[in-house]
Amino acid sequence: MKQGQSHDQERYSLMEKIQMVDFALVDLTLYLDTHPEDTQAVQQFNQLAVESRDLKTVFEQKYGPLRQYGGSFSGYPWNWSDAPWPWQL
Amino acid sequence: MWFYEKKLQYPVKVTECNPRLAKYLIEQYGGADGELSAALRYLNQRYTIPDKVIGLLTDIGTEEFAHLEMIATMIYKLTKDATPEQMKEAGLGAHYANHDHALYYQNAAGSPWTATYIAAKGDPIADLYEDIAAEEKARATYQWIINMSDDPCLNDSLKFLREREVIHSQRFREAVEILKFEKDRKQFF
Repeated sequence: MKQGQSHDQERYSLMEKIQMVDFALVDLTLYLDTHPEDTQAVQQFNQLAVESRDLKTVFEQKYGPLRQYGGSFSGYPWNWSDAPWPWQL
Repeated sequence: MWFYEKKLQYPVKVTECNPRLAKYLIEQYGGADGELSAALRYLNQRYTIPDKVIGLLTDIGTEEFAHLEMIATMIYKLTKDATPEQMKEAGLGAHYANHDHALYYQNAAGSPWTATYIAAKGDPIADLYEDIAAEEKARATYQWIINMSDDPCLNDSLKFLREREVIHSQRFREAVEILKFEKDRKQFF
């Protein structure tokens, strides 16, 4: 039970890191849509895009694929459709 | 095309089962200024808006689906353990009679979602002003729900969504300026 809880905790905190980086990417996307010539923002966007990919690779090795239609590799057997789904956590 | 990602945009935690709060939140699920209306409004306007703002409508429209999923998660978590008696007490008796615990695209008063909630005039300035107004109305709705909610965990996620409405409104205002600038430039040369 205790082990399960710390496992959950680790999952949540890793997911939270992904959510933080991806949030910055969403917000920068909208900003750049109306400020396409902001060099610093473009640099930050590309840097965070790498960070996001790296974090997701680490998460997926432990908890399964995050990205649909080939955005992530599958385990065997097929584990994309495994629960939990986001609203079940 | 679109891709699904198995994650919420921002964490959604609820303190306890609270179908009364869920009833109010349905306004942002299938109401006039809710997230479904927002997503469909922007994505539908993309086809006839000038190239300069298609990206913005695509990206905000897509983010709205992430918000729709957050609202769905809130409603699901607030009602999943509610007994029929609790649903009835919360004013969701009529909902339960038709849908059990299923979610449905309707507003807080039970009216089903309708396409009349969204506008597409084909005039870029008219459409963008419509979008700015929609964001401000959604922001106000989040505030009214926060004012009635006593769940601190839920309020954290609602405040995130409220802030996003502010950003979207700001970006749409910038889009208006971009189009005005383009128009003036064409007349000048």
